[in-house]
Amino acid sequence: MHHPKTDERPLGTGRTGWRKEARRWTDKTKHLLWGRQGNDGLLLKTVVYALLVIVGFVYVYPLLFMTSQSFKSLKDLLDPTIGWIPRQLEWSNYTQAWHVLHYMQALGTSLLNSVLPAIAQTVSCAIVGYGFAKYKFPGKTVLFALMLITFVVPKQVVMIPTFLMFKEYHMLETPLPFIVPALFAQGLRGALFVLIFVQFFRTIPDALEEAAQIDGAGALKTFYRIILPISVPAVVVVFLFSMVWHWNETYLSSLYLGNAMTTLPQELKTFNDSFKAMYTGGAKITDVNEAIRMAGTLLIVLPLLALYLFAQRYFTQVVDKTGLTGE
Amino acid sequence: MKLKLNKPRREALIGYLLVLPWIVGFLLFMAYPLYFSLFMSFHKVAITPYGIDTTFRGWDNYKDAFLTDPDFIQKLLLFVKSTVVMIPIVIVFSLFVALLINQPIRGRQFFRAIFFLPVVITSGEVVQELFAQGAATIPLMDQSGVIAYLENNLSATWSAPLIDVINRFILILWYSGVQILIFLAALQKVNTQVYEAAAIDGASPWVIFWKITLPEVKPFILVNLIYTTVDLFTNTFSDVIKLIQDNMFQVGTGFGYSSALAWIFFAVILLVLLLAVWLFRNREKTAYAGSGR
Repeated sequence: MHHPKTDERPLGTGRTGWRKEARRWTDKTKHLLWGRQGNDGLLLKTVVYALLVIVGFVYVYPLLFMTSQSFKSLKDLLDPTIGWIPRQLEWSNYTQAWHVLHYMQALGTSLLNSVLPAIAQTVSCAIVGYGFAKYKFPGKTVLFALMLITFVVPKQVVMIPTFLMFKEYHMLETPLPFIVPALFAQGLRGALFVLIFVQFFRTIPDALEEAAQIDGAGALKTFYRIILPISVPAVVVVFLFSMVWHWNETYLSSLYLGNAMTTLPQELKTFNDSFKAMYTGGAKITDVNEAIRMAGTLLIVLPLLALYLFAQRYFTQVVDKTGLTGE
Repeated sequence: MKLKLNKPRREALIGYLLVLPWIVGFLLFMAYPLYFSLFMSFHKVAITPYGIDTTFRGWDNYKDAFLTDPDFIQKLLLFVKSTVVMIPIVIVFSLFVALLINQPIRGRQFFRAIFFLPVVITSGEVVQELFAQGAATIPLMDQSGVIAYLENNLSATWSAPLIDVINRFILILWYSGVQILIFLAALQKVNTQVYEAAAIDGASPWVIFWKITLPEVKPFILVNLIYTTVDLFTNTFSDVIKLIQDNMFQVGTGFGYSSALAWIFFAVILLVLLLAVWLFRNREKTAYAGSGR
């Protein structure tokens, strides 16, 4: 990319020529680094990638740390020269943690107390969200505002009366205290889920439903046959959120389930005691160490990670297609 | 459903039917518990084999919380302080990450997957475990002497929450998953032509951010402000929440006192929310005034 004019001139003849030359080069580097428009500059791109990698690392740091620690033997744990990679993979950490957590049983309880409420919540919130998004009725704004306000109410305020209510109906020590409110589009963050559905349904053109109605489909049939199939991303996201939040809920579950059932996160709370009861009594003296606890923690997160791996592309779809937030 | 109704009426009827589950649920699991919990907070509640026995105490439960209880107010203040410090960090950081992954980059899916990952893992127990094992701090923070600097140069009332924040830095970032989603959605709503036009006019990315992107996402900052406040206050394990639960089953205090504590807690959250909204609004006004409106 040589300029023909500058070639004819000997170097450094006039001040103006030299200046032009210099500016041309700075412009060129500027364009290369910053880009002509938007984000195609090299420098900016490098910065963006560097930031992404750094922040990404900070994000997964606890997970990496957890994985690394969980495979260490006691000797590796105490040895300061061992950094990230243990000398050998200590799988016994996992088998011990598995037993201490009563894994299969607790997994069953966890699934029972998260999948069922999540299904109930997804269905009910979708229906309610559809009503708010697509139908006009008197008092809608007031009801919608009320719904949004309920999001702010901390569970500690309504917890005691609901606890007493469930007690009166003999629903404690079963998953029902989670399922029943979920059936009525309440429960953990129900308002948020209704809101997600409302925003999603609003982006679906009315013409689609009108066409279905002209073909003689009723409201429910339209919803079931037309709306739901194209709302898969929203359904998946709400289901995932709902399941994860139910899964991770230890506060209410210890209150509602009492001693009758223990979920996986609850088992983590009593990990040390269970470990002592299980392993220290015998001839072999092993004490609980960080590595085993980390293995246990990872085992608890694992089902959620697996689920996330499958569902994560829907997250971006919900954002891309509709915008979670709407106007 | 072949009712003989005119169209708007029919529509309204179907609308009500669809929303009905929520209305019933609201009355059963929100309105009634709210009323009952408020009622209890003014009573001494005893659970007897014959039912719930209540005796009116007036404002005594609230008075006790403020005047007699040795822990409550102190723990509440500490909790509020450390949480309030966290809110702006979460907001700024989630906007920052949303901006990053909104760039046309390779491996976008991969990076997005990483940044939404914490939504899945942030449970009370797991987070506490990670925190206890030291997985929540970047080792660099400790080594660089930031903490020692803060300890020496600030009064204990402010250095304590700040150090607390630094120690939990990664976990704070982990609380920004949903907020990133919301910001990302907002960023994608901005018309790309506006960006192109600005770029052709020679605006640098820096200028574009302040003049175009930020005003566009402003409403969503408010949304995230509210979400973050509610999320941090109700979702984290804290001594305050534990205190409320502990008092539930204590003979001396019981459900009545516990309800009063919960309502004070609720009032504090509302106060923080109002303050946040008010501050945000004021900022907006001065920003407009500054730009010559």
